[in-house]
Amino acid sequence: MDNLTEMHRRERRRYVVGYGGSLVLTLIVFIIAYVFGIKTTGVYLTIGLLGLAQLIVQLVYFLHIDRRRSSREDLDLVLFSTLVLLIIIVGTVWIMGNLSMRMHTYPM
Amino acid sequence: MTSEAGGLIGRLSWDAFPIVGLIQTPNANEIVANAAAAVVLVGVVVVVGLLTWFRLWGPLWRDWLTSADHKKIGIMYIVFAIVMLARGVLEGVVMRAQQAAGPGDGFLEAEHFAELFSTHGTIMVFFVAVPFVFGVANFLIPLMIGARDVAFPVMNQISLGLTVSAGMMLMVSLVVGAFSTGGWTAYPPYTGAAFNPGVGPDYWIWAIVVSGIGTTLTGINFAVTIYKLRAPGMTFMRLPMYCWTIICSSILIVFAMPPLGVAALMLAADRYLDFHFFTNDLGGNMMNYANLFWLFGHPEVYLLVLPAYGIYSEIFATFSAKRLYGYNSLVIATMSIAIMSFTVWLHHFFTMGQSALINAVFGIATMLIAIPTGVKVYDWMATLFRGRIRFSVPMLYGLAFLMLFVIGGLSGVILANPTIDYQVHNTLFLVAHFHNVLLPGVLFGLLAGYNYWFPKAFGFRLNETWGRISVVLWTVGFMLTFLPLYFVGLMGMPRRSFSWEDPSFHPYMIVAALGSLVILAALLSVVAQLWVSIKQRETTRVPVGDPWDARTLEWSIPAPPPPYNFAVIPQVTDRDDFAEAKEQGAAYPTPDAYEDILLPRNTSIGFILCVLSGVWMFALVWWIWWLAALTTGLMLVSFIAWTFRTDTEEVIPAEQVRKEHEAWLDLVRAATPVDRDHEYAPENRGLARPDLEAAT
Amino acid sequence: MKRAPTHSYPGLNLGRRHPGADKATEVVSFGFWVFLMSDLVYFGLMFAIYITMIDAQAGGPGPHELFDLTSIFAQTLILLTSSLTVGLAMLALKYNLPRSRIVMWFGITLVLGLSFLVLELRDFMAMAEKGGVPQRSGFLSAFYGLVPLHGLHVAAGCLWLVVLGIQLRVFGLTDVLMSRVVRLALFWHFLDLIWIGIITIVYFGGLTYG
Repeated sequence: MDNLTEMHRRERRRYVVGYGGSLVLTLIVFIIAYVFGIKTTGVYLTIGLLGLAQLIVQLVYFLHIDRRRSSREDLDLVLFSTLVLLIIIVGTVWIMGNLSMRMHTYPM
Repeated sequence: MTSEAGGLIGRLSWDAFPIVGLIQTPNANEIVANAAAAVVLVGVVVVVGLLTWFRLWGPLWRDWLTSADHKKIGIMYIVFAIVMLARGVLEGVVMRAQQAAGPGDGFLEAEHFAELFSTHGTIMVFFVAVPFVFGVANFLIPLMIGARDVAFPVMNQISLGLTVSAGMMLMVSLVVGAFSTGGWTAYPPYTGAAFNPGVGPDYWIWAIVVSGIGTTLTGINFAVTIYKLRAPGMTFMRLPMYCWTIICSSILIVFAMPPLGVAALMLAADRYLDFHFFTNDLGGNMMNYANLFWLFGHPEVYLLVLPAYGIYSEIFATFSAKRLYGYNSLVIATMSIAIMSFTVWLHHFFTMGQSALINAVFGIATMLIAIPTGVKVYDWMATLFRGRIRFSVPMLYGLAFLMLFVIGGLSGVILANPTIDYQVHNTLFLVAHFHNVLLPGVLFGLLAGYNYWFPKAFGFRLNETWGRISVVLWTVGFMLTFLPLYFVGLMGMPRRSFSWEDPSFHPYMIVAALGSLVILAALLSVVAQLWVSIKQRETTRVPVGDPWDARTLEWSIPAPPPPYNFAVIPQVTDRDDFAEAKEQGAAYPTPDAYEDILLPRNTSIGFILCVLSGVWMFALVWWIWWLAALTTGLMLVSFIAWTFRTDTEEVIPAEQVRKEHEAWLDLVRAATPVDRDHEYAPENRGLARPDLEAAT
Repeated sequence: MKRAPTHSYPGLNLGRRHPGADKATEVVSFGFWVFLMSDLVYFGLMFAIYITMIDAQAGGPGPHELFDLTSIFAQTLILLTSSLTVGLAMLALKYNLPRSRIVMWFGITLVLGLSFLVLELRDFMAMAEKGGVPQRSGFLSAFYGLVPLHGLHVAAGCLWLVVLGIQLRVFGLTDVLMSRVVRLALFWHFLDLIWIGIITIVYFGGLTYG
């Protein structure tokens, strides 16, 4: 019984750590946005990387997907989905961006 | 847009019925349209009449429509696919006849011709190929991996319901209103509200969205089934090749159906809510549609053809009496094709206007995909090499496939070169190419599978003579119809032309039209084969279940299989487990103990969702908003109500399983084993004499 | 293919205390996870469309006129907190805490979900007042194709919460229901992941490049 409550505490801490981490990352993002303004690619890249970090934090702490546990097939699925998503999104943006540049669709 | 709509029947009016057109302007065009509508109505009346006459409504409801048994769902998928195939073939014949009429001549109007090629394409891809492929998979996968059912039997039933109701929309469009004229790809802005305010594109959109949901659920179901429900000992590298192709196909569905759904729903937002995704004005970009559609479209063709490769792999191994050659390389090739199919979509729109670099990248990616396909062809040939080949019907389909498919594949490599593609883009060369891969590839594969597994599903063999006639007719019909199109395509004839002027096309068009009649005869020969086989079924029964001396698990159980498939879940020790067991004389073991078996109970949720989604689509097409809202609510309520069900499984007691299984084992012991020379003789009761014995 | 008994599906596992529910959940949760990946592609495509249409404003209002970062900040915090509370509901379930605790966490999650939706709708109405309606431009069509799609998912999640709450009352903690709670939690966490994408790409991306 003690063992279980110990596990309970550990798993609850996991959620709280995930929540805290996400909260901190969110706060940093919005502080950057308010302080520096969002105009340059440099600022945007920082925000993007912090977003990515938060994605990973939530995947690990909320969805319990990581390398250590025996959740490899879930991880494989996530990685494969990421690959397909990258192909689709990068491909689309590349193709359509190139097209609109060549066709002068929008004032640049 | 929506302001003028509303009222009890939306924008529905008498003009929507083709008979009104016939009365107003009686001509050949209207006669064809009315004949099509009449065929649908007569078909419905005949089916209803027959069901009533033979008092089959009860059995139909209890044993089929509410069943969650994967085998029955699979068979229903295939029946549906064959009905739709009949319509698709007839449309093809009418189109060939129109184009054969001579320069500037013909009996159809342009609109009508456009409707024909739009429905023909939509039906053949979404309502023939997909349901046929997954009908076969439904029947086979649990039997091949040693499971009692798929992972989600009820979801399976819902998938079927959604696919069928979407297909029915195409039938309804013959009788009420008209289908889209925008081709199976429905490119905007032509299909947008500005240029096409009628109901046609809406029929297309909702049929695609609903069948797309059904197909996605199927993909999830089969990926999970193969991943999680394999019998003990059935490791991935012991899976029959067919299961590998279905895994890849399911993965393709899961990741490739969303682009189609997104594209269709965005088109719907443009048409219904005045959005500007693909319009000409206010920042809309129709090229986004082409990009999205082919993100789906290219994986789609592989998700259709991979299972056919799987079927051929099983058939070549069985009818050569050999282990499949190069299993590992086939697995790797299948996986590579699945992944690479996500990297080639741009070759469908090389001419859109992007830079040469992008075209070159996607052109090269497209050519690379020929490599794993080539590996497969060599593996199949090596399987045949020095095998003890029997030229049975499935094998004949397989050989026709090997030769014709290579031609189709090579014309694909030609098209993959952007500079050549600029010349033949949108010509009949392309039409010849994709019919050349889809007929010998997918359709022949499915027909081969149908001949091969039919005895497993129904307990008796199909007639061999009619089967051979069928093979010849399909092969000859295909070659006569589509090989001439390569030539007129190179001569510059655009696809989808209802009329043409260059007299040098004429001879080719006549040959193609004759070929389409041969294809029609081929379709009739399939029906004749089924009719004759049912008539003489008492002499062709194979209750023991292994008429072809086959290799995989599904042949080790009775034909037709009991509802629970396996009396005792088998322990797998090898690839081609059943073949090994037969060689060692260890097949048909007597189990030590039996257990109670849990099976999903019948449920009507699939049927309810089928009907409701059909009404929902109709209401949306005709702007009957109250009905659309009502059916949305009803679908939600019936689904939620269904989740409140608790009594979802029924028990088959161990005692009953024991009795049935032992009766069958007695049958096995009483049967005389037949060798391969008497495969089609009446004494083939489904017990094979191992070849090994014959040889020594 | 070896799986440790403690972790056999994504999300919090019910574990040894609930062997029946744990087993029932394994296959279903994996299937649901596959479905979520398919849904992810849906969102991914809408993101791609949004990126390609960021310039297609056709003279209409753009991100700078329309986006209200304060409201977005509030929505982010609300959704993030609801992700925590749904996790705490799962823990209450797993460690057999009194049913009132489960209901409490469910209730808080529902309230948070609904307030997220209210704030989002208020944003949309404020945008519409400034002429930011989907009929105005390709950019706005792409925005309204994506963000309300996420909102619709949240609304579906809320409905699911209510139905599950009723079912827990009617049937008690059965294996099937526990397995449904696991999936609901997965769904809810997944929506938070999508939301991170939305603030990063739609809002900040729109403000940077729009």
